[in-house]
Amino acid sequence: CRQALRSTAGPEVDFARAEREHQLYVGVLRGKLGLQVLELPADESLPDCVFVEDVAVVCEETALLTRPGAPSRRKEVEAMKRVLESLNLNIVEMVDENATLDGGDVLFTGREFFVGLSRRTNQRGAEILADTFKDYAVSTVPVHDSLHLKSFCSMAGPNLIAIGSSEAAQKALKTMQQMSDHRYDKLTVPDDAAANCIYLNIPSKGHVLLHRAPEEYPESAKVFEKLKDHMLIPIANTELEKVDGSLTCCSVLINKSSEL
Amino acid sequence: MTTEVGSEAEVKKDSEQLGPDKAKDKPEEASETPDDQKSRETSGEAQDSSVPAPTSQSSPNSQKKEKSSPESKGISRFLPPWLKKQKSYTLAEPKDEPKKRATGEEQGVEESESQALEGVAQPRKSLEEAAENRENAKADDKEKHSISAEIQPSKEDGKETEVEEAAEKKEEKQEEKENRETKEVQTADIKTDNIPQKSPKKIKTVQCKVMLLDGTEYSCDLEKRAKGQVLFDKVCEHLNLLEKDYFGLLFYENSEQKNWLDSSKEIKRQIRSLPWIFTFNVKFYPPDPSQLTEDITRYFLCLQLRQDIASGRLPCSFVTHALLGSYTLQAELGDHDPEEHRSDYISEFQFAPNQTQEMEEKVAELHKTHRGLTPAQADSQFLENAKRLSMYGVDLHHAKDSEGVDIMLGVCANGLLIYKDRLRINRFAWPKILKISYKRSNFYIKVRPAEQEQFESTIGFKLPNHRAAKRLWKVCVEHHTFFRLVSPEQPPKAKFLTLGSKFRYSGRTQAQTRQASTLIDRPAPYFERTSSKRVSRSLDGAPMGISDQSLLRDFSATGGQAAGDKIIDLEAAGQAKLKESGREEDESPLKTPQLELAQDGKISSLRVDGENIYVRHSNLMLEDLDKTQDDLLKHQASISELKRNFMESTPEPRPNEWEKRRITPLSLQTQGSLEEEITSILFSKERFGAGTSGPFAAASPGPAEGAAGEQTGAAAAAPGPQRHASRAEGPCTGVSDADKSSHETLDIVEEKKQAEFGIEETLVIDETNKGKMQVATDAGETCKVEHVSKKDSSSLPSDSSSSSSSSESEDEEVGEYLPHHRAIEEVIREEQEEEEDMKRKEREENTQHVEAIPEGSKLNVPVEHTQVPAEDLVQENRVTVATEEKNLSEQIKQDLGEEKEEEQLKLNGDVSHVDIDVAPQLICCSEPPVVKTEMVTISDATQRTEISTKEIPIVQTETKTITYESSQLDGNAVGDTGVLVSAQTITSESISTTTTTHITKMVKGGVSETRIEKRIVITGDADIDHDEALAQAIKEAKEQHPDMSVTRVVVHKETELAEEDED
Repeated sequence: CRQALRSTAGPEVDFARAEREHQLYVGVLRGKLGLQVLELPADESLPDCVFVEDVAVVCEETALLTRPGAPSRRKEVEAMKRVLESLNLNIVEMVDENATLDGGDVLFTGREFFVGLSRRTNQRGAEILADTFKDYAVSTVPVHDSLHLKSFCSMAGPNLIAIGSSEAAQKALKTMQQMSDHRYDKLTVPDDAAANCIYLNIPSKGHVLLHRAPEEYPESAKVFEKLKDHMLIPIANTELEKVDGSLTCCSVLINKSSEL
Repeated sequence: MTTEVGSEAEVKKDSEQLGPDKAKDKPEEASETPDDQKSRETSGEAQDSSVPAPTSQSSPNSQKKEKSSPESKGISRFLPPWLKKQKSYTLAEPKDEPKKRATGEEQGVEESESQALEGVAQPRKSLEEAAENRENAKADDKEKHSISAEIQPSKEDGKETEVEEAAEKKEEKQEEKENRETKEVQTADIKTDNIPQKSPKKIKTVQCKVMLLDGTEYSCDLEKRAKGQVLFDKVCEHLNLLEKDYFGLLFYENSEQKNWLDSSKEIKRQIRSLPWIFTFNVKFYPPDPSQLTEDITRYFLCLQLRQDIASGRLPCSFVTHALLGSYTLQAELGDHDPEEHRSDYISEFQFAPNQTQEMEEKVAELHKTHRGLTPAQADSQFLENAKRLSMYGVDLHHAKDSEGVDIMLGVCANGLLIYKDRLRINRFAWPKILKISYKRSNFYIKVRPAEQEQFESTIGFKLPNHRAAKRLWKVCVEHHTFFRLVSPEQPPKAKFLTLGSKFRYSGRTQAQTRQASTLIDRPAPYFERTSSKRVSRSLDGAPMGISDQSLLRDFSATGGQAAGDKIIDLEAAGQAKLKESGREEDESPLKTPQLELAQDGKISSLRVDGENIYVRHSNLMLEDLDKTQDDLLKHQASISELKRNFMESTPEPRPNEWEKRRITPLSLQTQGSLEEEITSILFSKERFGAGTSGPFAAASPGPAEGAAGEQTGAAAAAPGPQRHASRAEGPCTGVSDADKSSHETLDIVEEKKQAEFGIEETLVIDETNKGKMQVATDAGETCKVEHVSKKDSSSLPSDSSSSSSSSESEDEEVGEYLPHHRAIEEVIREEQEEEEDMKRKEREENTQHVEAIPEGSKLNVPVEHTQVPAEDLVQENRVTVATEEKNLSEQIKQDLGEEKEEEQLKLNGDVSHVDIDVAPQLICCSEPPVVKTEMVTISDATQRTEISTKEIPIVQTETKTITYESSQLDGNAVGDTGVLVSAQTITSESISTTTTTHITKMVKGGVSETRIEKRIVITGDADIDHDEALAQAIKEAKEQHPDMSVTRVVVHKETELAEEDED
């Protein structure tokens, strides 16, 4: 399922290697971290279905099924919906045909949402997100040079934003800082792509951070390695990156006590 | 009434009454009792008689009349309906109104009465007294007639109190009321006035209804002239609420137009129609409710939030609705009891706008999990969850952006939020905002330049109407002051350009109320938690508002609808008035302003004006500080004292400087925008008067301090004017007095004033330009001249506005507010964040006092520098101490207070040293300087960024003011000596740092010098990198003031109380 990818005139994707990397990704989550991983069935007709993050935003007990900006991906939502329903979450569907939202543009900091207004996400989509998660402030951040807001940033800790060094990334960070009543710490990494990492707070493991491997981004990896309190797990993502895939793209994290 | 009315009535009453009033005032002084008796004997006749007496008293009366007459005319245009309405309302009302007018403020009047009996200028004794006397006010009014001088002081007191309490709206309302009063007087008020005098004890009362948060209704009878504070205190007493600074009284003007009752102004001037119906609401939502001292306070906050949530004003998710609802049940019903609490017990409560069965089930489910929580604990949990909601404490206002797109502006503790639909599209933290202003229906914020940018940017928003713009502006000013400042900012000086509202928040800040709360020492009061069933349902929508509206409508219909409309239009009644008058006068004035500016010959007069303005500000500042200090000390004593302090904090604090204070109270009173405007006008008038007569000149310095002005005026030879002023109107009491006096002396002034009005308006518009000019113009002389001219113009405009009180606010009413004082701190924060995100906390913990005093003089004429750093530091210390260590803080505070006093004295001395003349100017300047600074900011292009945080130690300013009085005269004489154009002190506090900026502008010969002293206090528990902090401070200072050079850096390190100075 995760093979067929809509690449943008980039280098050829080594499907086999991509598969291996993804298996490793899942393996870490499931095996090393003890998370319950629900894998959506691959659908060859949906080349981007591996990037499950874009089709759902889950926060607490509520899941918002998005309306992806790329029309070819709209059908991906169906599979996600089935799975989320099985998890007994409050499900909100984005039915407005004027709205588009990719989960990759949604950064939840734990205190508020930042929504990147990109080619894939528009104002209306952000509004629906705000209507869905009323407890939280939803601020919009213009995203121009990247596919998604989270193409160059992510949460690396409870109050820590990992951010790339590019001008666009720094500008977006400033926007976010201005828009927020909270003061976030920032972790600046040389490579924008490396700024997309996965932070997990697992009761038995503490702070866990999945970040790009040193082989891929050695300088950025060094920055991550300075995080003393985190369990650092480097993960390679070389192949999916060729199709604009990042670490967070391939999963939707749901905080659900082990009821399943 | 007649006499009193005369003072206040100047504006109110048309030329007819005004003349009498003035005359009355004077006669009152001369023969107070006789007038009173006369008035009492026959209201109508008495008035007449009183009128003649006033006329006989002095030409000033005639002048006043003339001046007032124009105003009255303008007012009358607006007022006629109102007056009619009032008359229709009650025959007795007119009497009361005149009385009120005379006293300016009821309290003031009362006080004045008592004071009058005691002495002429001591009216300021205390707000408390005034409040107490309110009831007596009627009788007082009678007395007042006799004692004009007394009235003035009382007015001052009232003003002070008002200032403390601060209510923006009140100003406008007061103006309106004044207008009304005048109308009444015109028609048959005179008679009525006499009547009241005859039966002084006759106190017309108005029944007030206050909808409380628990859904119950509290009603009481208030004297018609009662200020908002009286009612608010009654309500709080009824509620047994001590931490009341977070709350306020709302009334609805139109259907949905919520207005906060200005506690410092008379209610009747704020509400134009009967009945008086209010809702008791949370005004400032504490960001951390757990820091509230008493459970009962949290309880009321809970009630408010339940309303907010149930009505949908505070949106939250399903889960949150359920959770909060469950805490509500726990708090009100206790532990879940399966026997007692059946399935439907929840449906009686309203937890959400759209409550579903599913939600109720969830609530019940969660309720069961809260077993064991006490009501107070449940409330605390409720608040802990509610405070995290993104819209908690956000006051939303509809607006359009520059492109006409509908947006919402949200004012909250941290700053201004911009929403488009539900999305936050921008945010301006208070530290980022250099200035807040409004003009007509436009609302502007000037934003600090971004890191790499050099120029400040001004962002404009379009509000539905002028009133909405002003309302938003006021809310911003209040929120910034309450949450960001240590102590209330002094009312704006009559900035050269800004004619608009001088409204400032006069209540206690969060820091002050927290300090005061620490002194609360009473057993937790017992209170009964009412079922939220009622609450939620009664409070849900805007039924209250609707009912109010309907009531209002009915009332207006009966009383006079025209008035109602006008009232509505008059966000500030004064504004409307101003508009009319402004229209008439303004047009010409606009043209004239330039002319006036061109006319440098008026410099001296201009200076005087500026001084007056400054004085006002300084007075305000001082009072506030004093209040805080005094309050703190008092609070220590006992609960009762606490209450009193809350009520009266301002007046009592400075017993030492009574005279000065007296002056200051006037300025304080002026806080109301309208009032302020009026005051400014009055000041200008005074200035004119001063020019004409020596005593007034003395008074002119006074204006700065209001009280002083009154004192001087009274003492000198303007007792009549003073009386008039006191009578004139609470807001402008001090000012009004001066104005009145000026009016009396100067008939011609009116014309000038009009011209000034125009100027003011133009100035306002062109403020930025002017400011730039000032700032940019390095040529000291030219700059000076401009400033002077500006000042003059501003002062003149103010005068005119005062004369036409409404003229100022009107169409072009502009309000400016500079919140940036803390910019430095923030800058520091930001840098730290960027560079040292991780280290911030540590630094914060550390305590460092870094004083970077960059002194830049574009014009190189070094003028004497007043150094207030010590004071600032002390204050800062206080703040930090108070917040962090309350127990210790008291002692420290005392110590600090002593130090401050010393410092203040020194400062005063310095000021006087600079130039005797200058000193007065300095005082004035202190306020105007702020304006100037603003101007500078505007011109920022020129690069000077002024961080004008004006949390200046009020005391200092006051002290200065005192000195100034005498100096003003000198200043005129010593034109060549350096003249303090402006002195500004801004203090900003951040969590860990406090920045105080003192900006002094001196004009000497042809050279002007601007000195900026910045005090940056970094407080922390851990070690701080002093060098780094210092480097940053210097760097910031350089960045902020590229044109200026850093001439001196002083570093103080304090460990606990020990201080180490490093130069």
